[in-house]
Amino acid sequence: MLHTTSQLKPIEVVNDFVVKFATINGSGSASANELFAKSILRMGVPVGTRNIFPSNIQGLPTWFEVRVSEKGWLGRRGGVDLMVALNPQSWDADMKEIDPGGYLLFDNSKELPASSFPAGITAIGVPLTNICNAAYSDARQRQLFKNIVYVGALSFLLDMDAAVIEKVIAEQYMKKERLLASNVEAFRLGRDYAEQNLKPIGLRVRTSDTVGDRILIDGNHAAALGFVYGGAMVCAWYPITPSTSVAEAFQTYCSKLRIDPETGKKRVAIVHAEDELASIGMVVGAGWNGARAFTATSGPGISLMSEFIGLAYFAEIPATIVNVQRGGPSTGMPSRTQQSDILACAYASHGDTKHVLLFPEDPHECFDDAAAALDLAERLQTPIFVMSDLDIGMNQHLSAPFEWDDNRLYDRGKVMTKEMLDAGTVFSRYLDVDGDGIPFRTYPGTHPTLGGYFARGTSRNANAQYSEAGEDYVYNVQRLLKKFETAKTLVPQPVIREAARPAHAGVIYYGSTSPAMAETIEILEAKGLYLDRLRLRAFPFSDSVREFIDKHDRVFVVEQNRDGQIRTLLINELDINPSKLVSVLHYDGAPITARAITDGIASQMTACLQRKAG
Amino acid sequence: MTYLAKPKFHHPSLPKNEVGFTRRDYEGKVSTLCAGCGHDSISAAVIQACWEMNIEPHKVAKLSGIGCSSKTPDYFLGNSHGFNTVHGRMPSVLTGANAANKDLLYFGFSGDGDSASIGLGQFAHAMRRGVNMVYMLENNGVYGLTKGQFSATADKGSRSKRGAVNADTPVDTVSLALLMGATFVARSFSGDKRQLVPLIKAAMAHKGAAFIDIISPCVTFNNHVGSTKSYDYMREHNEVANCLDFVPSRDEITVDYEEGESAKVTLHDGSVLELSKNRGEHAFRDKTAAMNYIQEHQVKGVIVTGLLYIQPEATDLHEHLNTVDVPLNRLTEKELCPGAAVLKEINASLR
Repeated sequence: MLHTTSQLKPIEVVNDFVVKFATINGSGSASANELFAKSILRMGVPVGTRNIFPSNIQGLPTWFEVRVSEKGWLGRRGGVDLMVALNPQSWDADMKEIDPGGYLLFDNSKELPASSFPAGITAIGVPLTNICNAAYSDARQRQLFKNIVYVGALSFLLDMDAAVIEKVIAEQYMKKERLLASNVEAFRLGRDYAEQNLKPIGLRVRTSDTVGDRILIDGNHAAALGFVYGGAMVCAWYPITPSTSVAEAFQTYCSKLRIDPETGKKRVAIVHAEDELASIGMVVGAGWNGARAFTATSGPGISLMSEFIGLAYFAEIPATIVNVQRGGPSTGMPSRTQQSDILACAYASHGDTKHVLLFPEDPHECFDDAAAALDLAERLQTPIFVMSDLDIGMNQHLSAPFEWDDNRLYDRGKVMTKEMLDAGTVFSRYLDVDGDGIPFRTYPGTHPTLGGYFARGTSRNANAQYSEAGEDYVYNVQRLLKKFETAKTLVPQPVIREAARPAHAGVIYYGSTSPAMAETIEILEAKGLYLDRLRLRAFPFSDSVREFIDKHDRVFVVEQNRDGQIRTLLINELDINPSKLVSVLHYDGAPITARAITDGIASQMTACLQRKAG
Repeated sequence: MTYLAKPKFHHPSLPKNEVGFTRRDYEGKVSTLCAGCGHDSISAAVIQACWEMNIEPHKVAKLSGIGCSSKTPDYFLGNSHGFNTVHGRMPSVLTGANAANKDLLYFGFSGDGDSASIGLGQFAHAMRRGVNMVYMLENNGVYGLTKGQFSATADKGSRSKRGAVNADTPVDTVSLALLMGATFVARSFSGDKRQLVPLIKAAMAHKGAAFIDIISPCVTFNNHVGSTKSYDYMREHNEVANCLDFVPSRDEITVDYEEGESAKVTLHDGSVLELSKNRGEHAFRDKTAAMNYIQEHQVKGVIVTGLLYIQPEATDLHEHLNTVDVPLNRLTEKELCPGAAVLKEINASLR
């Protein structure tokens, strides 16, 4: 059943290719695709997976991309070596994505006209529908097991170890014996058909040992776990894609890890609020009252929270907000990834405001940043944003294992206690006593006669008394600026890597662009183009960011938004000459690819080199 | 008078309550509201209730939204922490604060613009969740700080100071609170301290969402002929549903009702609420009867005041969430962090 539509040489590679599954949302393909990816991982070969899904429960097209890379390039590469095309709706578009010499796996239960197939690829038909119709009588089973059957066929085509896959199936259905047997049976149906009718193709998975101790997890679960470890006591949230699973995972982890063993009661309060205004309101209330609290949301939620974010900034209340960024507004693009809320968060709310942003690059940093954000929020008494995105948040990424030091203490910030008040320490809620712009606060209920104050936005003096006096306002907002300077020294510092050879150009990037950037650098160096790189981990920008820009003639700024928002922030905050910062942008909703960055940078660097040579 | 600082001098013989505080200890800054404002009477009632209930001032957290009513928490309980939050959003901040520390007594102060217009949603949802609080809505039917616009509680047909007639149906906050699950619902009048003080005390003893709508005339913008929230109108149209007295658990009941004329409700802390039986024995525990009672009088243009509904055995947010007994904000690394060994296991399960 193998037929080649042209004489072009089929791709032949080991442990370095892209498989894309084009399926129908709600058809049960997701778990089969994950099984496929996890099995490759178990063979010791790193994989990066991307789920590209619609705003829909059933019926619309959905895709799952698996990047297999022994070298460990786990960002999206761009292009597809093997397309598993099971959705007639997206067929034409899917065909266009297959690289020359690539492969197509399709259901040939019904014959397709030759014109359906693009030239220059190898098309492999497996009669998935016929196999399942013969094996199962139940309509639902016929549909569901098709997915496992194609994994079986793939496992043979890619020369994978069947025992490894069967072991992963066994783990998945450890407590459901009936499901285990039927899934193994379906896997065998596909594998047997391929063995009897097909030959392995040019893409091979060979057992390796390059995965190491890395773990496979999505960023939302990682952030949730970071909040458990970081000591979040209150979580208030409202469902919104793609952030929903942060709060849901937090709930799940807390139901195991935050139970008082004696009473069975919970060491956490999780409130599903009526909207984002209420969820941030609850976080602010909890923060004011001395609890470490967070909310998780996405773009529209940030818009709704803006008023409260301003209040928390001026009243100096700790609050942690995870923003899992997405396209938007409305519905549809919100199930696709972007980094397009940078400016909206950096300057959220009315009045002169600036906020601390953290940019995790993967689930490992989602964990670290979640825990760090709770500390920073209390240390700086201000809202802290963890700027994740859909790619990091909802896709499983191979990441360094989580770490925790049992000696680590939570930073609860400057809190004046009853003992301090009794000892005669003077409490002025909004006075800069240490020169770092950060005042002391008291928790409600601390002392019968001392330390009480009435919290409000801006209309107050350093002693928290009502004041509309201009000088009181100016003192206060200038102190907030000083506090923002202090924040520079507390946030995670940028990661700078120098090129293999001295470079005149640099590149700045952040967040989920990271894995594709690592691959880009290697591709560019192979072309003789050298770039120093700086990965931002936080805003406000540390002094080393300015130094990095000053050191280079030209700095590319790679982002997943239309307007070059970090570039704008760099120009605005560091007073950089705009002509020095060149945007490389990708914002179609799919995660950025190494090819897109490479093309964007290479074309401009080459043009520049040519101009210089000319 | 508002520019004058309040003297700190205390009369040496001012009586102290059981926790050692005089009434002055429950006062706050000098009010900046208009002279004669109903809200100031409510502040005085809160001061009296807290002093009589022997509440330690720092065990109270007072929260408010934005508006004249929301300025009032600065004018009482000066040693308590307060939070003047965002317009219409006090309920969510109070909910979060309550989640953080269940041991404090939470007062929410709001107005009719704050709770019936911009914050109607948060008002309703805080009641649904059974947040343990005393929610006082200082209801004057008008926007004071922005100078005289109708609020959503203004009655249909009532006139503004400028002569405009309100065409919109009013939001009846007590009916709404009842529907949304508040477990203590009352209405009172700022001019009737004899009724208001025991109501506040009872609401403080109640565990769960307690709501008191307090008609509080705005002397500047809504105290004219044609207003249905003026002092005169209230005095003419107020029907007192019940007189009540609040008896703390440790005191002997001394209220003097005729045999059969009073009904008693024991609250969760053992204190007793004694009510005159204008409405029959159990009417105030029956949600449907309470609703009917309110609606029937509303149709007649009569404003009923008093305790309208109570569910003495109510549960609160923390019981619904099954949180530990110790306030969450007191938990430490020891209780909160599962530790490195558990993390190792989690890592292993993700390979």
